[in-house]
Amino acid sequence: MKKIILVLLMSIVGIAAQAQEKSVKKSKNKEVIIKVSGNCEMCEKRIEKAAFSVKGVKSAEWHIDCQDIHVYIDENKCSKEDVAKAIASVGHDTSLVKAPDDVYEKMHSCCKYERLD
Amino acid sequence: MYKKIAVLLLFISSSLFAQNSEIKGTILDEDNIPLMGANVFWQGTSIGTTSDENGKFTLKTSPDTKNLLVSYIGFKTQKIEVTSSTSLQIKLVALTTLNEVTVSKTVKSTRNSYTSSINLQTMGQKELLKAACCNLSESFSTNPSIDVNFSDAVTGNKQIKMLGLTSPYILIAEENIPSVRGASQAYGLSFVPGTWVESIQITKGAGSVINGYESISGQINYEILKPATDIPFFVNIYGSTEGRFELNTHFNQKYSDKLSSTLFIHGNTRQVKNDMNNDGFLDNPIGKQVNILNRWQYNDAEKGIVSFLNVRYMKDDKQSGEVSFNPDEDKFTTNAWGSEINTEKIEISNKTGYVFPDMPYQSFGFQNSFQSHKQDSYFGLNQYNIHQKSYYSNLLFNSIISNTKNKFTTGINFSYDAYDEFVGLNFSKDFSRVDNSIGAFFEYTYDNLDNFSLVAGARVDNHNRLGTFVTPRLHIRYNPWENAVIRASAGRGKRAANIFAENQNLFASSRNFSILNTSGKLYGLNPEIAWNYGLSFSQTFKLFGKDSEIALDYYVTDFQNQAVVDIDNSPQQVLFYNLEGKSVANSFQAEFNIELIKHLNLKTAYKYYDVNTDYSVGNLQKALQAKNRFFANLAFQTHILDKGQQWKFDVTYNWLGEQRLPNTSTNLPQYQLGEYAPSFAVFNAQITRTFSSTFEIYAGGENIGNYKQDNAIVSADNPFGSSFDSSMIYGPTFGSMYYVGLRFKIK
Repeated sequence: MKKIILVLLMSIVGIAAQAQEKSVKKSKNKEVIIKVSGNCEMCEKRIEKAAFSVKGVKSAEWHIDCQDIHVYIDENKCSKEDVAKAIASVGHDTSLVKAPDDVYEKMHSCCKYERLD
Repeated sequence: MYKKIAVLLLFISSSLFAQNSEIKGTILDEDNIPLMGANVFWQGTSIGTTSDENGKFTLKTSPDTKNLLVSYIGFKTQKIEVTSSTSLQIKLVALTTLNEVTVSKTVKSTRNSYTSSINLQTMGQKELLKAACCNLSESFSTNPSIDVNFSDAVTGNKQIKMLGLTSPYILIAEENIPSVRGASQAYGLSFVPGTWVESIQITKGAGSVINGYESISGQINYEILKPATDIPFFVNIYGSTEGRFELNTHFNQKYSDKLSSTLFIHGNTRQVKNDMNNDGFLDNPIGKQVNILNRWQYNDAEKGIVSFLNVRYMKDDKQSGEVSFNPDEDKFTTNAWGSEINTEKIEISNKTGYVFPDMPYQSFGFQNSFQSHKQDSYFGLNQYNIHQKSYYSNLLFNSIISNTKNKFTTGINFSYDAYDEFVGLNFSKDFSRVDNSIGAFFEYTYDNLDNFSLVAGARVDNHNRLGTFVTPRLHIRYNPWENAVIRASAGRGKRAANIFAENQNLFASSRNFSILNTSGKLYGLNPEIAWNYGLSFSQTFKLFGKDSEIALDYYVTDFQNQAVVDIDNSPQQVLFYNLEGKSVANSFQAEFNIELIKHLNLKTAYKYYDVNTDYSVGNLQKALQAKNRFFANLAFQTHILDKGQQWKFDVTYNWLGEQRLPNTSTNLPQYQLGEYAPSFAVFNAQITRTFSSTFEIYAGGENIGNYKQDNAIVSADNPFGSSFDSSMIYGPTFGSMYYVGLRFKIK
């Protein structure tokens, strides 16, 4: 009897857990904000292009005054980290991933923002 | 094993350090005076504090960084690497002077876009104020892309042209709902008071497919002031030496942060009879107009809803003709030649936009408009009555394909036009009919976010008279190098010519009207079809250190069919027939703009038009169209002082080359005009004095050189004779005209 109750309880907990998993279903239009450093309009083009290169990014707008990018992503296809990685790889430091030094050094002089360390 | 223990120890120690350690410090200025309220932060974290009245602070160490940022207004921010937990003494260095730099750049009153695929110009309110008077047809006098002409010597009506083609070939829309069309084609622009207009967008060439298939040479869209952002009260009073008075008042009320409304009231009147050229005819009609618009706006940003409701009533009465003409006694008699045009217009329209709150790049739009436009008129013994009741509806959906580099707009629209049209000329006929069409469109926009974009659109329509047809349009933009843009466009347009409504100026003549075709569904004629191709190049650069811009464009409009209006066969006739052969409008424009000194801007443009059509008598240049034109506008404004005081000066110069005149060679010698009209130039100028941000006075003059066309009305001495014609207008009929006005606002 005890066993049966245990099994029942377990299965209920299991279902509940499953249900919970479902409720944190991945959003197809998730807005994420990432800190991204940059200086100028050239930076803006470069940053947004990099963001769009990630599959699943639906819109990307970088704001020079706030030094952040607002991105809408399909969470089934990519993550916030993927976007940050792509942006960092073209030379822009983000709050999640830093840009490689050699890429940063190669940027146009007007794009050389003050680095986050 | 040892390794593991080492790692473990390291972990414990570092977490211990993180938990227990604090750093302490004092922040001082260069003279060792403690700074209170300085910010102390671990870089890239939210862990921080401010210094106390003794400049002292304590802060927990951060596991993420050793870099401490210390900042204080007026001092240089310092970054310190904290290696030990001993007490820190941080000295901040004052910035030598607290430089407050204001970067200001005057916003241009007309902007040519460098990022849009479509050759689009936006005229803002500043530009619109340059032409103080009075309605939309007069708003373009400072814009080189649009030519403004008088359509005839009787009605005082101004006609606009683009790429050498008259306004029926331009799709004119009010907030993207086609507004000047059908019955309102001739006078519609004069029924929109200039002060109501927030901005005008001018598209050269085919344009977008979203608003319909009718545009051939371009599109003009105007936006009306929005209640949510309008000021509580505005008044504009205007008076001119030709006896015209205008009054515009706007009352705005905001009921809540979501609901607002504006009541626009416009009235104008001209009661003084002027005959400056002593031909016995009024130079301008006398008359009056009442025009009322009540506009409501509902905004709900959280739910993503914006909605507008407009209710409008307009009544306009005009009388023209011989000075002695008295409508009560002389109407439809040969006592005196006279004309009355009475128009009444009622309009109700609504548009609603919905933006998906979690998807700002996806939206719905729904537009509905009902209009009733009734015109009763006579011109001497000719009569023309038209009443158009129309309904227009447009449902749009905007979204993206995978990302915002690929956008699309798709939707359907529906239009219904019931015309009661009666024509009393050399024949009398009722042309009443119903037109309706339904269409679907898809427009794709690609933007690589850098130097290339394109707009490709197509629509399929079914129209009870035009049949089922496809309208493709394509626009491409490419920035080959910095500050330069190349654009190309191609597109098809198709339309039903309302031959009487569009050629009302010919009613004020003794010409016999005849339509030579009978098989078509539009007054016996076939639909007009044209392809338009365009290429343009613009570049901004510094010339002797001055901001300059050069813009070149070339457009070709090639008609496959046209409802040809032939006034060259005989001065006593106007013939309408389907095009046989070719009809091509070529237009070339070179524009050069420069900011000569700060606040002094010069705009110049040279325009060349070659508009030729195969008429019954052979291929001819379009009559009353100057092949060469030159335009210059010089605008100067003083720096705005504290309370908004400012002077503004504006001078516009227009030179028109010779124009071919319609054939009058078979008239009696005194009624012949010759082959070409002489070239001439017209000067307009305006001065505005702004006393404060709420009050200003302006004064100006039009046609200051007092140029007047000779023989504006052929056979004015015998208006019921066979040679009478008031439509041969190539220049101003009224001499110079001066005006004053004021604008007052409550903000």
